[in-house]
Amino acid sequence: MAYVAVKGGEQAIDNAHAWLAEERRGDTATPPLSVAQIEEQLGRSVDRVMAEGSLYDRELAALAIKQAQGDLIEAAFLLRAYRTTLPRFAHSKPVETATMRIERRVSAIFKDLPGGQVLGPTYDYTHRLLDFALMADEKAASGGVSMEAADLTTMPRVPDILGHEGLLEADAASDREPGDLTREPLAFPAARDVRLQALARGDEGFLLGLGYSTQRGYGGSHPFAGEIRMGEVSVEIEPAELGFAIDIGDLVLTECQMVNQFKGSKTVPPQFTRGYGLVFGFGERKAMAMALVDRAMRAGELGEDVTAPAQNVEFVLYHSDNIEATGFVEHLKLPHYVDFQSELQNVRRMRTEVAE
Amino acid sequence: MTSTLSPGFADPVTDAQSCFRAVLDAMARPGRVHTVRGVSAPMPLCEAAGAVLLTLADHETPLRLDPDAAPARAWIAFHTGAPIETDAPAMFAMALSLPDLDTLPNGTDEMPETSATVILQVASLTAGQRFVLEGPGLREPKVLTVAGLPPDFVAIWQRNHALFPRGIDLILCARNKLTALPRSVSIKEA
Amino acid sequence: MKGYNFAYLDEQTKRMIRRGLLKAVAIPGHQVPFGSREMPLPYGWGTGGIQVTASILGGGDVLKVIDQGADDTTNAVSIRRFFARTAGVRTTTATAEATVIQTRHRIPEKQLRDDQIIVYQVPQPEPLFRLEPSRVETKRMHGLADYGLMHVKLYEDISRFGQISISYDYPVMVNERYLMSPSPIPAFDNPKMDMMPALQLFGAGREKRIYAIPPWTRVKSLDFDDHPFRAINAPHPCGLCGATDSYLDEVVTDDRGGRLFVCSDTDHCGERRAAGHIGADGFQEAAE
Repeated sequence: MAYVAVKGGEQAIDNAHAWLAEERRGDTATPPLSVAQIEEQLGRSVDRVMAEGSLYDRELAALAIKQAQGDLIEAAFLLRAYRTTLPRFAHSKPVETATMRIERRVSAIFKDLPGGQVLGPTYDYTHRLLDFALMADEKAASGGVSMEAADLTTMPRVPDILGHEGLLEADAASDREPGDLTREPLAFPAARDVRLQALARGDEGFLLGLGYSTQRGYGGSHPFAGEIRMGEVSVEIEPAELGFAIDIGDLVLTECQMVNQFKGSKTVPPQFTRGYGLVFGFGERKAMAMALVDRAMRAGELGEDVTAPAQNVEFVLYHSDNIEATGFVEHLKLPHYVDFQSELQNVRRMRTEVAE
Repeated sequence: MTSTLSPGFADPVTDAQSCFRAVLDAMARPGRVHTVRGVSAPMPLCEAAGAVLLTLADHETPLRLDPDAAPARAWIAFHTGAPIETDAPAMFAMALSLPDLDTLPNGTDEMPETSATVILQVASLTAGQRFVLEGPGLREPKVLTVAGLPPDFVAIWQRNHALFPRGIDLILCARNKLTALPRSVSIKEA
Repeated sequence: MKGYNFAYLDEQTKRMIRRGLLKAVAIPGHQVPFGSREMPLPYGWGTGGIQVTASILGGGDVLKVIDQGADDTTNAVSIRRFFARTAGVRTTTATAEATVIQTRHRIPEKQLRDDQIIVYQVPQPEPLFRLEPSRVETKRMHGLADYGLMHVKLYEDISRFGQISISYDYPVMVNERYLMSPSPIPAFDNPKMDMMPALQLFGAGREKRIYAIPPWTRVKSLDFDDHPFRAINAPHPCGLCGATDSYLDEVVTDDRGGRLFVCSDTDHCGERRAAGHIGADGFQEAAE
């Protein structure tokens, strides 16, 4: 029988897309999910997609989650591709986390501190028992929790408390324009602003694994969770024509300040150093892992040996982006038969030559 | 100078694309002369130089501007947004006569792409002195005719070419014509 | 396409890429970093090639997109559709008709002309990455033209296998200065790069690098005098068109070792069959 070359790539793609749409919707006997439901009830997914998608828009993130059937990396990718096409109108002023409207604030290094410990909406002390009551239709929560509004004037950040004594390194202020990985390719040595941007956009799982590795001896730096805070901050821009800042909206952020021991050097007395984490939404795990990895990447700058993966800036930055990583890992499913054929002929030829 | 600026490209997307392809082809085949769809650039800029600026310059490209081209400064600033004569190293130089190449960034061995590109307006690309070009992009030596280069241009260029992969690239413009001399090309007098 | 600029990219992004392309052409074989954007297609699936194509494409262009030499592989179809949708350009499968050819893993068999541009999708622009993973280090090596590492690797190949064992993405020297990855084309295609009349552009989106080979530029596959470069191909004629000088795909026809070798360049094969060249397995199809 004569061989007929495979055709029909166009038809195959159309069919795949139609099937995907059907599968995404699922059984039409169940009501469709609304974007608002995702936004309200899958908030932690929305937060993660906003963080890794580098775009703070809860509704679009919820839409992306719906479109991606809950595949959060696919959803972050949808947000990123959309974000690329948006015009840039202005740069915000640095957000001020010291005046955050706190929903959660814990410190592991002081029993009590001004403003107190605020547990907030945390899973920390839940017993991980499946709640079968959620299988049934939920009634509207009655009454709700009454939250004592935290007194913002008495919520200093823990590093500011330690800083008064000079026990914690100060962060030098800079007027330099921060780098932007979405406009300029990564170059080395990479400054801390760019490193932090990469981590903030980076994959939660990758950073979690790397952060964990530092705790197990691969580049350890004796971390303490100085403070973790979550809440709303205001975003301000200062249009040149106005000459003063205006408030354009609020963001929910999670910030983590890890405090790490530092033995000091010839010029610097012993003091504590910092690892810093900041992510969109409620992203405590990510913020903590980010702070660990940030500190690990400062090894070179602080005169420590650079031996572990988490301390290797080039390694961390080139592999933390899950949109890049998933694209390249998954591209292996594209046809490679031309190259494979080349290898096949090469191996056959070498075997023949060995046999001769 | 009037208070109203002459317009930029009539069709920014299409005109920039077509001008870019002309510059790309000229850079890929050094000395090949292209005619570009012009803009009515203000004096003393020629059409081609105006089109190249609109095609390549923007707020990310610090520009050095020949003092003799000062009357066109407002037009360039308005249509491209390029920072003109700032402290930042120039990525482009718009020149009416060949500037001292040593005063422009010529890149580093690891980052030779950080050099400046000179957009040089000359009197003619069809009459004048004849040069022979050789290098990548040219199957055989090619003759380029230019009026308006300095008398010691060949020596200046050889010094630039010898820096390869560092060095400065030239885009030559005359009226509505342009061509290019990448650093990779060697030049002799014909 | 509504809501998006011609060819998807905004003009600012195109200008940035265009400036990079001019530098790439002026420094043949040198990898120019660029601010690669996130595209609506995944990294590793041609985002670099797509950004380069989008930056050069005009209304008058005719675009051909191939993957593995074929116009109808799914990713080629997807990219061709992307440009038909966002730029409204005319597309073709005929190599001779195209003004811009975007490719993954192959160079067409038909010699490209002076008025054509070929855009390669590049997964890994750094030719030294298997030998030295740090890009800080490899950048230094390119700066110094220090390619000893690659020569040692090839020499070790010869002492171990009696020959250079690289069969695709076979490293080349461009204009006697830069060591360059030709992208994962089979080594069979390498000689086509040397003194090619068409402009060759390379885009690596994920790695954020652009590079280029101007027309009529020397491109030499690395080798040794006593072990010259050899192109690899299956020792058969094409089963469909009988060609003996085209790169072949191997198609498994049954589970008893049945094999058929056919041209990887589907346009080339189709054109030959239309002109009456029939291979040993191609008769029946031609008669249909």
